[in-house]
Amino acid sequence: MTLRPDLKLIAAMVPEGARVLDLGCGDGALLAWLAEHRGVRGYGIEIDEDQITRCIDRGVSVLERDIDEGLSDFPTDGFDVVVMAETLQAVRKPGTVLEHMLRIAPRSIVTFPNFGHWRCRLELASAGRMPIARHLPHAWHDTPNIHLCTFADFEALCAARSLTIYDRKVVNAHYESTWAMNHWPNLFGTIAVYGLSRPGA
Amino acid sequence: MAEAAPSDHHSVGLVTAESADFSGPFPLASGESLPAYTLVYECYGALNADRSNALLVCHALSGHHHAAGYYDLEDPKPGWWDTAIGPGKAIDTNRFFVVALNNLGGCHGSTGPTSTNPATGRPYGPDFPTVTVPDWVNAQAALADRLGIERWAAVVGGSLGGMQALQWALSYPDRVGATVAIASTPRLSAQNIAFNEIARQAITADPDFREGRYLDAGVVPTAGLRLARMLGHVTYQSDDGLREKFGRAVRTGDLDILQDVQFQVESYLQYQGKSFSRRFDANTYLLMTRALDYFDPARAYGDDLVATFAAMKAKLLFISFTTDWRFPSARSREMALAALRAGREVSYVDVDAAQGHDAFLLPVPRYLEVLGTYLRGLEPNP
Repeated sequence: MTLRPDLKLIAAMVPEGARVLDLGCGDGALLAWLAEHRGVRGYGIEIDEDQITRCIDRGVSVLERDIDEGLSDFPTDGFDVVVMAETLQAVRKPGTVLEHMLRIAPRSIVTFPNFGHWRCRLELASAGRMPIARHLPHAWHDTPNIHLCTFADFEALCAARSLTIYDRKVVNAHYESTWAMNHWPNLFGTIAVYGLSRPGA
Repeated sequence: MAEAAPSDHHSVGLVTAESADFSGPFPLASGESLPAYTLVYECYGALNADRSNALLVCHALSGHHHAAGYYDLEDPKPGWWDTAIGPGKAIDTNRFFVVALNNLGGCHGSTGPTSTNPATGRPYGPDFPTVTVPDWVNAQAALADRLGIERWAAVVGGSLGGMQALQWALSYPDRVGATVAIASTPRLSAQNIAFNEIARQAITADPDFREGRYLDAGVVPTAGLRLARMLGHVTYQSDDGLREKFGRAVRTGDLDILQDVQFQVESYLQYQGKSFSRRFDANTYLLMTRALDYFDPARAYGDDLVATFAAMKAKLLFISFTTDWRFPSARSREMALAALRAGREVSYVDVDAAQGHDAFLLPVPRYLEVLGTYLRGLEPNP
């Protein structure tokens, strides 16, 4: 089984044998891969009915629930890593979710699309329209993404909540890293994978 | 709901009930014991060579061993879970050897209050000992031994049947591969027990109940049973479901002059109560509702549900229905999270269905798809 490129980036950050909670786990591809290749014991949280069935079909443990209904009943330090791929921008309270993630596990891995990419800036500045791009494919009125942000916005939130960024990988829509995005990530990066740890950690 | 004809190639077709006699004494949780007992059961599908494809179906309050198929060509109705059991269905008899039985204390052929008490030569009636979910599971284990089944690939049940599935994983952790508990709960709420008590009072207050010795007197407390079933039936349905089915439609009478008015829902409930009272034993109803009330596996683990699931080995699937207010989604969700915390392999699905608690018996597409997908993924015995 080959892993989607963005999930590959995440998988590289998950230690062998870790206990993993995947918020918005989709079809369970990451957890299935981690179980097979890294001896990871994982659980997915998902809300989409068809995706849940796909998880069950591939033998991934999945719990149907809405992240927006809260995570307070998940145990503190119940996991080693909490993953949230391409889901942060769709939750109602991203800051609260991030805090819960770092309560549930000492480390979190978060990915989201960059609204600060130069194409987004250009489209808004020149055409005066909300941008639609490969990494942001939805029209403004029909998008699950209710909290779009730029890398700079996200890092400001982490700073405000004293969440430590211990790792950051910035890639383009093809999940490749280039010289330009290493120097000006918020302008040239389309997707970022952040590794977060607890305040002071 | 359209029922499949025996010619339907997704039906298990014609089936026969079998029975197994066991010599006692069979010890019960209450401290009493049964001198001997009989269990009636049905099997669908074929047991494979290494006996690793056996699946046990546990019935709910009013269920029994006839879970699928037909008894003869004139049989108007298939078994109670025919929507789920059959070739190519969610519980696929091409794949699994399915066993369904009537529990101890039942009134469909297994030893129960209507059976003859060897000590007196008369029906047990109210003298039939209290049985619990763990007792049922012990009797089911004896049947498994008799059938040469060391380990179930899965134990599956809805409502009270789901409780038995959970109890299996606790009582016999090495004998269950997967536990599927549908529309179930780890314990009854005070409201659940309250409804059960009203049902029991309806039965015991019937003058024909005769302190449970109605069979000796040649009568049946049908009025009480009818009421108990009507009450139960309302709790199995959702408000939305009843509204969709009946609304405020009037069956007879005239709402303008308020004379002899009977709403559709009234006649429906009366029909349900009446047909139930003809085929169900009152003492069994009391015994089964008590078994529901007493079920509380976490009690032995300091009321800690996480510790309870930690004592199991089986992987688990929980399914709930959004409009079920008898055993609401929150209960399944609570169990799923406790199982997760205990490190069990666990999945939980909350199916959007209008039919309330009864949805577990109905052909709700997503529910059957999830159940079928899960069971297809089970590995045979190692």
